[in-house]
Amino acid sequence: MIELEGLTKRYGEKVAVDNLTFTVRPGIVTGFLGPNGAGKSTTMRMILGLDHPTAGDVRVDGTHYDRLKDPLTDIGALLEAKGVHPGRSAYNHLLWLAQSNGIPERRVREVLDEVGLTAVARKKAKGFSLGMGQRLGIAAALLGDPRILMFDEPVNGLDPEGIHWIRTLMKSLAEQGRTVFVSSHLMSEMALTADHLVVIGQGRLLADTSMAEFIRRNSRSYVRVRTPQREALLDALHRAGVTAVDGADGTLEVDGTPAEAIGELAARDGVVLHELSPQQASLEEAFMQLTAESVEYHAHTGAPLPPQQQQQQQWGESWRKG
Amino acid sequence: MSTPQPPMPQSAAAEWPAAPGAAPSAPAPAYPTYTSPIPVVRTHLGHALASEWTKIRSVRSTMWTLGVLVALVVGIGLLTGLVIANADPDLGGESPLSLGFFGLLLGSMCLITLGVLTTASEYGTGMIRTTMVACPSRGRVLAAKALVFFLVAFVVTLVCASVVGLLHVSLLEGYNASEPTGGEWLKGTVGVSLYLALLGTLSLAVGSIVRHSAGAITIMIALVLAPLVIALFMFSPSLSDVQQALFEYSIPNQMSIFYANSLSESGPSGWDPLWIMLVAAGAALGAAFALLRKRDV
Repeated sequence: MIELEGLTKRYGEKVAVDNLTFTVRPGIVTGFLGPNGAGKSTTMRMILGLDHPTAGDVRVDGTHYDRLKDPLTDIGALLEAKGVHPGRSAYNHLLWLAQSNGIPERRVREVLDEVGLTAVARKKAKGFSLGMGQRLGIAAALLGDPRILMFDEPVNGLDPEGIHWIRTLMKSLAEQGRTVFVSSHLMSEMALTADHLVVIGQGRLLADTSMAEFIRRNSRSYVRVRTPQREALLDALHRAGVTAVDGADGTLEVDGTPAEAIGELAARDGVVLHELSPQQASLEEAFMQLTAESVEYHAHTGAPLPPQQQQQQQWGESWRKG
Repeated sequence: MSTPQPPMPQSAAAEWPAAPGAAPSAPAPAYPTYTSPIPVVRTHLGHALASEWTKIRSVRSTMWTLGVLVALVVGIGLLTGLVIANADPDLGGESPLSLGFFGLLLGSMCLITLGVLTTASEYGTGMIRTTMVACPSRGRVLAAKALVFFLVAFVVTLVCASVVGLLHVSLLEGYNASEPTGGEWLKGTVGVSLYLALLGTLSLAVGSIVRHSAGAITIMIALVLAPLVIALFMFSPSLSDVQQALFEYSIPNQMSIFYANSLSESGPSGWDPLWIMLVAAGAALGAAFALLRKRDV
């Protein structure tokens, strides 16, 4: 279990993490979602005691990270920066890690086998592809067979087979009763793996909810209608107590009424329909809407920033934070 | 936290069901918990030492710097010994051990490089985060690095200095060279090796403070060479005291004191250089430790 309480990190004037309070529970996969530069990596570094919080507190299984006596058996982490010496072999990298926590040497061979790197165990890490490096990082996280696992953007650089492997691995780790905390900037990825969702933007907590609840709330379903007899259709809908709003390209969008009902109302009045289609707003859209609002909220300008500008601003922030 | 269970491979552990409240020592957790079959160990400095030893022996740069050190010290020692012996000299009662000075002076550059790389290279690769996650006690990490490096540097330098000393004594026998006393042997081998290992440890601390390999190596080489070079260009008589001090306390001169052939007559003598370097390395390690605690990794 990881508990954050009012966790805040400031770099000079800039607030990277702003008063975060949430709990990551065991037995499920918790997704940590936010656009690039939202403060995900900074939060994870503070959990691991690498960065000192400006304010607030974070505990791992009720203890501050630097009080853990054999941290690798409590929490295993894959950080964004791979943290491997390019000239050292995969085996020796895991060996020094094991020795630092008194983990038996046979675990090195076991985790190498588990992530499928046994064949290249004696090769230098600099010859590894992005995917192999990611697997080595995951091997390091699994080394101490920890109760808590934390992965920062684990699917980056992996091929489809590797992505599938990670998803299955995270789910099975959670099923064993472990705490699994995984960050991503892709909503679609989280929708497939996470049971619980923590969303941050600009360092602020935007949502802390179960995945099912998030989907229920945020995936708006509506019916798109296209007709040459706009007024006639609006009349027909109005008489039945159904409201329609203007959509893109002169279409109408109807919330909360099934397509069949709209079709029958139109037929009763002899209104011609060119399109009648149920639509589902994607979770990705819901996520972007959620985080875009946080950007606007911070900008304090009347007009929302154009998407291009938002992108650049966030990209620059993540770069400055390193 | 963990129950004493027989060690099992991960594949077997993966089949274990998630048992709610599996950890008996925990007060009935409300959530399912996972208990690893791996025995829990309370880590101490010994673990950090084993870990740092694996690190230092498993990279090419250690082999390179120490290999060049051995080649320089033994190679230059052998050459000077042979050249002087062939010239049929009269050493006028000088100790032949003092000829080892030149090789070790150059070899000190290798120890500086290795010392800096031990700490600073981890910042270049981002590995420092892995290190600090594995061992959150930052003081322990620094202590383990310093100890492992110091011992490696001392042993390698001692072997080289002793080999070169024996070589010179046997090559120059009969050229009116004095037979080195036990005290001279001690200073010319153990003394100078301790001094150089401490110089390397100072570099290690500087590497940890600067967090940049090239920067720290440059600073250390400047520290070794600059005082002598600056002193050479101090022509003004009003600066003669400063010039004298720069000469006397420059690292090459301090090293030569171990062979009793100081460039100057006043200033440090006997074992003084060792104490000076001990204080310098200790102060630098203290500063490195304070900064390591304070800064984000």
